[in-house]
Amino acid sequence: MLYREAGQFKTTYAADQQLFPIRQDRIGLMLLAVAFFGVPLFASEYWFSAILIPFLIFALAALGLNILTGYAGQLSLGTAAFMAVGAYAAYNFQLRVEGIPILVSFICAGLTAAGVGILFGLPSLRIKGFYLAVATLAAQFFIVWCLTKFPWLSNHSSSGVISAQDVVILGFNFDTPVSKYLLVLAIVSVMALAAKNLVRSSTGRAWMAVRDMDVAASVIGIKLMPTKLLAFAVSSFYCGVAGALYAFCYLGSVEPDGFSLDMSFKILFMIIIGGVGSILGCFLGAAFILLLPIFLDYSLPAVAELFGLPFSNATVSHIQILMFGALIMFFLIVEPHGLARLWQIAKEKLRLWPFPH
Amino acid sequence: MMKTFKPAVAAAAVSLAMLSQAAVSAEQFFPIPSFRVGPYGANGQSFYGGFIDYLNYVNMKEKGVNGVQMAYEECETEYNTAKGIECYERLKGKAADSAGPIHVMSTGISYALVDKSAQDKLPLTMMGYGRTDAVDGSVFPYAFPLVTTYQMQASAIIKFLRDKNAGSLEGKKIVYLYHDSAYGKEAIVALQAEASLNKFNLVLIPVAHPGNEQGAQWLKIRQEKPDFVVFWGWGVMNQTALKAAQKVGFPRDKMIGSWWTGSEEDVIPAGDAAKGYMAATWNVSGKKVPVIADIEKVVYGAGKGNLQDKDKIGTILYNRGVSAAVVSVEAIRKAQEKFGKGKPMNGTQVAWGLEHLDMTEARIKALGATDLLPEIKTSCSNHEGSGKVKIQQWDGAKWVPVTGWIEGNKALIHPLFQASAKQYAKEKGITPRDCSKEK
Repeated sequence: MLYREAGQFKTTYAADQQLFPIRQDRIGLMLLAVAFFGVPLFASEYWFSAILIPFLIFALAALGLNILTGYAGQLSLGTAAFMAVGAYAAYNFQLRVEGIPILVSFICAGLTAAGVGILFGLPSLRIKGFYLAVATLAAQFFIVWCLTKFPWLSNHSSSGVISAQDVVILGFNFDTPVSKYLLVLAIVSVMALAAKNLVRSSTGRAWMAVRDMDVAASVIGIKLMPTKLLAFAVSSFYCGVAGALYAFCYLGSVEPDGFSLDMSFKILFMIIIGGVGSILGCFLGAAFILLLPIFLDYSLPAVAELFGLPFSNATVSHIQILMFGALIMFFLIVEPHGLARLWQIAKEKLRLWPFPH
Repeated sequence: MMKTFKPAVAAAAVSLAMLSQAAVSAEQFFPIPSFRVGPYGANGQSFYGGFIDYLNYVNMKEKGVNGVQMAYEECETEYNTAKGIECYERLKGKAADSAGPIHVMSTGISYALVDKSAQDKLPLTMMGYGRTDAVDGSVFPYAFPLVTTYQMQASAIIKFLRDKNAGSLEGKKIVYLYHDSAYGKEAIVALQAEASLNKFNLVLIPVAHPGNEQGAQWLKIRQEKPDFVVFWGWGVMNQTALKAAQKVGFPRDKMIGSWWTGSEEDVIPAGDAAKGYMAATWNVSGKKVPVIADIEKVVYGAGKGNLQDKDKIGTILYNRGVSAAVVSVEAIRKAQEKFGKGKPMNGTQVAWGLEHLDMTEARIKALGATDLLPEIKTSCSNHEGSGKVKIQQWDGAKWVPVTGWIEGNKALIHPLFQASAKQYAKEKGITPRDCSKEK
C-alpha cells in the first residue's frame, strides 16, 4: 500500500529515466540523507570510529569490486591489494609533493590504483572465470610483497608501517571522528552516485553485455579489450580511494600485511551477500558483514545473562563466528541473489499489498 | 537505499545503552582488548590469564590499591587491527574517569592506537612490542614501550654472542631470520648498527607471514653457513623454524630467538628439535617466583582463577602477563601517591605514574616478583625504563635461564629512537614536550 504507484505519471523522458523513479523511494532517500547528516547530533565517538566510518569505507571498496565482478563479470580476489596501492600512493603523494591538497592526493591514489588495476587486468583478455581469479590472486600477493620489499614506498620506516598525515582541507583539520565521518560520507555519496549513473550509461551497458556473453558482445560491436580494461580501471580507482580513506580516516596507520587476502575475501563476501550487480547491495553487504558481528558481540552476553549461562569472552567469539557462518548460509540459500534482491522482492510485494497475486 | 540499516542501528543502540551503565566508584577500571581465539589465541590465553589473575590477586590479597578495587572488562580482538580499534573505542567510553594502562599485545593494533590514545589521553603500554621509538616520551606522552624494546633486545643478544665468543664478533656471520612484518623489521636498524660497530656480517632473511613454510630460507642458511642465527618469529613460524633447522642440521644452540619465540607454546610442538635452543626473555618461567605461587594459592584456591587450563600457570607467557599487571598496578600506586590515595586514577594520572616508575630490586622483591622483571626506572625522556633481558635455554622440558641481566648498548640504540621520534613529530606536526621541565 505504501508503495502504490497509482497516480505517478511519467510525462517526460527525464522523469522516466531518473535514478529513483518511484516517489516513495525518493522520499525514503531524503529521509535517509537527513538521518545521515543528523547522525552527528546523536551518535557517540564509538559509533563514528568503530562502526560508521569503516562501514562507509568498506561499502566503497565493495562498490569497486561490484563494478568489476557484478557488472563486468570479471572475478577478482585482489581488492585489498588495490586498496593497499591507494593507501600507500596517497601517503606518498602527501609526503613527496609539496603542498598537494589531500583530495587531490586521494584522486591521484585512485588513479595510481587504476593504473595498477589495468596492468593486472591484462590477463582478463585471455582468461576467464576461475583462471582470472587466480591471476588477480597474483596481484594480491605481488602488491603486498612489493610494498614490503621496497622501503622507499614506506619512506624507509624501520617497521614498514606508514602513519597517515593529517587530513587538512582549506585550512580545516579533519581530526575529530565526526568530521572524518562527514568527509568519508561526502566522498562515498558522490562516488556511489557516480557509480549508479555509470552503470546506466553506455559504458555500464557494455560491461553488462560482456558479463552476460562476451562473444555476443563483441559480435554486436563492443570492443572487448577497452571495455574490460576500463572496468578494471574504474573498479581499482574506487578501491584505491577506499584504501586511502581506510588509511587516512579510519586506522591512521597501516602496514602492507593488513591488506591481506582475508580482507579481499571479506569484500567479496560483502558483494555476494549484498547482491552481485547492485549498488545498493554493496551497502547492505558491508553493513551485514561489519555490523552483524558487533551486534552479536553486544547481544550474546546479554542473552547469556538472561538464561544464566556462563559465557566467557572467548565463547562469545566462537558462537559469534558460528552464527555468522550460519546466517551467511541461510541468506545464500533463501536468496542467492543477495540482500538487494530481497529488498527488491519486498518492494514488489509492497506495491501489490494487500492484494498480491 | 539502506533501509534495513535502521532497525539494526536502533537495536544495537539499545544494547549499547544497557551495557554502559556499569560505572561504580572507588574502582580502577582496566580496559583490556584481549585475544583468546584466532591464530594466536593460545598465546593470548596465557598472557591475559596472568594479567587478570594478578588484578584479582591484588583485590583479594590487599583489598586493592589503598582500597581501590581493580575492575576490568575484556573485549575480543582476535589479534585483528580493525577489531582492536572497535574494542578500544568500545572500552574507551568507560575509561573516562579511571583507566589502567592498556595492553593490546599486538604490534598492528598498538601502532593504530598510538595517535588515538594520545588524543584520548589514555596510557598505552607496549611491553616488548609496538612502536619502539615511543621510548622518547617527549613526542609520545601516552605511549610506553615498557621494560625493553626490540632494538635493545637485539643489541643485548649481540652482546651475549660477543661475550660467548671471547669478546669479539669480527668476521663472523650472523643471519637474521625474521617475520616479514613491522614486528620483524623493527630490529633491523639495531642489528645493522651493531654489525658496523662489531664488524660482523649480517645476512637478512625474511619469512612471509604466517611462516609455516621455510624450506627456501633454510636452504639459504645452509649455503651461507652462518655462525649464529638470530631469530624473530611469531606463532606457528617458531616451531617450523626449529624443525627446519633440525632438518638442515643447523645446531639449535647457535640459534637465539626474541622473547616472542621463547615460550612453551613455541618449543613443545617442535619436540626434540627444540632442545638447546635459546631465546631472550625478561621474565623467567616456573612457579618458583613468590607471587606466582601465591596467585595459585590465593586466586585459584578460591576458585576465581581466570585460566581454564591450570597447567598454564607458570609458563613464560603467563608469567609475562603477571609481570605486565605488576607494572600496571605499580604505576597506579605511584599515581595515587601523587594525586590522592584511595582514589581511582584517570588516564593522565596513570600516564604520570608510568612515567615515574622506580622499581628497584628491593621493590620488586617486596612485590614478590623477583625474576619477573628487571629494575625499571622511567622518565619523560625514557619510557622504556630498563632495556635488560636474560637469555634462557630450552632443556627439552623447561626453560632455564643461562645468564643474568644483559643490557643492550643504550648509547648506540637510543639515538636511533630519538631520530625516528623526531621524524614522526615532524610528519605529524607534534611539538615535543621539553623533558627538562618535567618533574
